[in-house]
Amino acid sequence: MKRLAVLVAIFAGLGLLPLLVGSDFWLNAIMLALFSALIGQAWNIAGGYAGQFSFGHALFFGIGAYAVAVLQVDLGINPWLGMLVGGALGAGAGAALGWLTFRYGLRGSYFALVTLAFAEVFRILANSTPFTGAGEGILIKLNPHPAMLQFKALSGYYWLLLALTFACFLSVWWLERSRLGAQMLAVRDNEDAAAAVGVDAFAVKLKAMALSGLFMGLAGVFYTQRYLYLDPGLAFGPTQSVEALLVAIVGGIGTLFGPLLGAFALHLLGEAAQTALGDVPGANMVIYGTVLVVMVLFLPRGLASLGKAGLGKAGGRRQGLRRRKRRAKDA
Amino acid sequence: MLEVTALTKRFGGLVAVDGVNLSLPAGGISALIGPNGAGKTTLFALITGFHRPDGGCVRFQGRDVTGEKPFRIARAGMVRTFQIVQPFAGQTVRENIAVGAHMHLSDRAEALARAEEVARAVGLSDRLDRDAADLTVAGRKRLEVARALATDPKLLLLDEVMAGLNPSEIRDVIPVIRAIRDSGVTILLIEHVMQAVMELSDHAWVLNQGRLIAEGAPRALAADPAVIEAYLGHGMAERLAKGAAHA
Repeated sequence: MKRLAVLVAIFAGLGLLPLLVGSDFWLNAIMLALFSALIGQAWNIAGGYAGQFSFGHALFFGIGAYAVAVLQVDLGINPWLGMLVGGALGAGAGAALGWLTFRYGLRGSYFALVTLAFAEVFRILANSTPFTGAGEGILIKLNPHPAMLQFKALSGYYWLLLALTFACFLSVWWLERSRLGAQMLAVRDNEDAAAAVGVDAFAVKLKAMALSGLFMGLAGVFYTQRYLYLDPGLAFGPTQSVEALLVAIVGGIGTLFGPLLGAFALHLLGEAAQTALGDVPGANMVIYGTVLVVMVLFLPRGLASLGKAGLGKAGGRRQGLRRRKRRAKDA
Repeated sequence: MLEVTALTKRFGGLVAVDGVNLSLPAGGISALIGPNGAGKTTLFALITGFHRPDGGCVRFQGRDVTGEKPFRIARAGMVRTFQIVQPFAGQTVRENIAVGAHMHLSDRAEALARAEEVARAVGLSDRLDRDAADLTVAGRKRLEVARALATDPKLLLLDEVMAGLNPSEIRDVIPVIRAIRDSGVTILLIEHVMQAVMELSDHAWVLNQGRLIAEGAPRALAADPAVIEAYLGHGMAERLAKGAAHA
């Protein structure tokens, strides 16, 4: 209950920001961080809680993004309805990819590679089929009206994004106190032991992928409506996949607040780097990479582990190593 | 309760389990003993669905469960523990046991409460909030039993829950297992600690090189020449008998 109160307080505070922040520049910067938090948390459901490290979450993002774009442009379907379809297709794609990989028992790096490959396949498909606009991409007609899921003021998009992000975080909060969540952690930590006490690991992983895909798809829908333009690289390229897992890992995988921490930390760092270095192309990527290496080495359980026990017992390098050694000894 | 018929498993050229037949009545504690590499753990894995048998059949409570998925067999009421303990590291003892309790309880609070009850039954209640990875070997063995017990099994298959424990720890575990039996759970255990087998079980099977070579009351088995040879080597039964005659 306390965690829920903190969650609600944070999102209520974020909800008031457009009224306090006068400049669109800052509001936009916060939105970018919030967007990262959304896809980071979506990835976290499958990667952090169920232990299925995907490198290709852009697949679900792109499917949601294209769904709302194609339905609108080619079939004239209202984007609010498109949002539902995009979310559902994202969830369906998550379950389908899970079904394809888990029934062959793919785990760890093999699973990661297959997800990466699927996202690439869809990028190439989107590049060559006419109904996705192929390489030219899709342009959505500007029609700034809430009924068309377009807004005149930036704050409209902000609140839409905030609502989606809140829904995602609320789902994870619920997950942490549900049977499904407990079973996901069990499957993540030891699939055989979970099966021995009656956990259907296959079904649990499918559900995790579907829930993860749902929010990734919704993020895609938001992206399309926000920028009104989509091409295969934006939709299925590795950018969103990497961003999602980076944010979750830096913040703390398998934690409720981790992706939020990670998203704001990374974007703050990115902004600071840009101010310091100017427009050096690729500088932010170098910094992201460095941060990831440093995090994995010294704070493998992410920023969220700092808050839990203070620096001394943060589950940092020492404890991580000790645990790994102990596991090796047991095996 | 459990009927195993002509169960066979081959790993390449090795026949790990070779035409095993056994029939386990409901109630009581039975033991499966035999030297290292006899195929005991493989037999457990076959019965509980972790390995697919190459031949034979497993019936649990009259139902054919041969080759079914482990989680289905567990849900039917036949639950195993692992010889090499498999805690959910990084989760607390309470959370570990609750995963078992969730088999029948969907509500999180109920499952956590049930976990506490089970922890009390196996003597882990003082360590409920510890990380499972931080338990001693004896603690982890108890956790294995607790997690399985939390599913309310009808038949519990315990794979060497006393291996690696010191004599005083073994003395502490024996009454725990007895209490589980007294609560109405049928138990089949694999055990190398003969003191425990003798004290606990009413009936035992001896497995050697994949075959059942003897069954009966544990005390009678200890004098069975075939069993002695399986453990100590060919000709040992005769030499032991001679030695006894000389004395």
